[in-house]
Amino acid sequence: MSTRSVVPFGPHHPVLPEPIHLDLVLEDEKVVDVIPSIGFIHRGLEKLVEKRDFRDFVYVAERMCGICSFMHGMSYCEAVEHIMGVELPPRAKYLRTIWCELSRLHSHLLWLGLLADAFGFESLFMQCWRLREKILDMFEASTGGRLIFSVNKIGGQRRDMDNAMLHGFVEKLGGLEEDLKGITSTFLANSAVNSRLKGVGYMTKKMAQEYGVAGPFMRASGIARDTRKLGYDAYGDLNFEPITSTEGDCYARTQVRVRELFQSIDLIRQAVAKIPEGPVAVPIRGFPKGEYMVRVEQPRGEAIYYVKANGTKFLDRFRVRTPTFANVPAMIELMKGCRLSEIPMLILTIDPCVSCIER
Amino acid sequence: MKLSKSPWVLHYDGSSCNGCDLEILDSTTPVYDVERFGVVNTGNPKHADIFLITGGINAQNAPVVKQLYSQMPDPKVVVAVGICACDGGVFKDCYNILGGVNKVIPVDIYVPGCAVKPEAVIDGLRKAAELLDQKQKQMKKKRAAARKEG
Repeated sequence: MSTRSVVPFGPHHPVLPEPIHLDLVLEDEKVVDVIPSIGFIHRGLEKLVEKRDFRDFVYVAERMCGICSFMHGMSYCEAVEHIMGVELPPRAKYLRTIWCELSRLHSHLLWLGLLADAFGFESLFMQCWRLREKILDMFEASTGGRLIFSVNKIGGQRRDMDNAMLHGFVEKLGGLEEDLKGITSTFLANSAVNSRLKGVGYMTKKMAQEYGVAGPFMRASGIARDTRKLGYDAYGDLNFEPITSTEGDCYARTQVRVRELFQSIDLIRQAVAKIPEGPVAVPIRGFPKGEYMVRVEQPRGEAIYYVKANGTKFLDRFRVRTPTFANVPAMIELMKGCRLSEIPMLILTIDPCVSCIER
Repeated sequence: MKLSKSPWVLHYDGSSCNGCDLEILDSTTPVYDVERFGVVNTGNPKHADIFLITGGINAQNAPVVKQLYSQMPDPKVVVAVGICACDGGVFKDCYNILGGVNKVIPVDIYVPGCAVKPEAVIDGLRKAAELLDQKQKQMKKKRAAARKEG
């Protein structure tokens, strides 16, 4: 009969750049219970909507999270645009799609790097982040910002990309694709890496449905659900299938994200080939009145945005359900029964974004 | 031995949007590579000389920040990275934000930006390293004076 001990994990922990606290109850090496406590990053961002002009709130919405900032700003704009009955020009829709997919590339590469760091493969971490810089350079060239761009506004985009720039990006992505094949084969085929990933944190399809998980975490358990298939923005015109895997372990989640990298490059190629000419924004008049809910596929999964407007320049309510928030309960359940050394791997395979969870 | 030859850095996210945290991590990766200045990122506050902190600090994070700061040995330098860490930034009016790192612990160097660029982080780190040397000198002087008196 072994005795139980409690190991605190976080809020300051080298594995994560963000604070989250877990109390791990151990029996020898085995984790028997996990008690999470969150709130280290809670800022009360949603409440700020009552004090800021709805046009200025785009900047606050973008700063919900530094990784998928573009999609947060975009989804907020889409919700308000829908309430106001604004039809976006087609070029703006394509631009949004291209920036969304670039964001996904940068987010997945960042995640692959952090995963490599979690299992102690530092040079692989450096390689992933070196390639990620190429995407950030594209952001800087097209928007002026590296992580937070502020190119969204209600009614369209603040900036346009000319065709020379777009084709230049496609060419650069071709080069990046070759580099990616090199590093991702290390994740998927290296036996040392596989031994840390295979069979760890197995989640069945049934469990994924019961816990209502989202994104690659869900798709790795064999559920082919991708919010992009709803056809918002330009996704309706593009050809793609949700990427799934049936194994449900950490390896499968890595595999899904790696394949999504190549899918994103392909989507950008399709979008650049089809992008129409025209204006990138329409003027808006008046104030919004009504409510609307937007669903968007972020790098981490499906995010839901709810906006309620009362006809003045301040909104009544802004509510976000982020994908990491949906994934945390399932992650806690998966941790029970695994070994202490597998905890960093399990935390990372849901691709945690703590500032998204807590806002 | 000057501490500025290889200052060790502790990084903590004090309620930021994690944009600045990514840029700090970015500055340690091959393109920016702060390690050429001898800077090493450590997870242990007891090994750290420079405290890089992002975000406007909320009520739950304040004791954590204070504890990390108190665990660092002297001489130490605190660098507030990003406009939120400087004065609260875009979240200044949020009900749960104290509004800047200097509300909780003394700050030596401010690096504004939203999100800060890695170049700015490197600049802040260089300034912090110089300040570290000055603080080390002052500490030595104080110790020598105390020995004379004692």
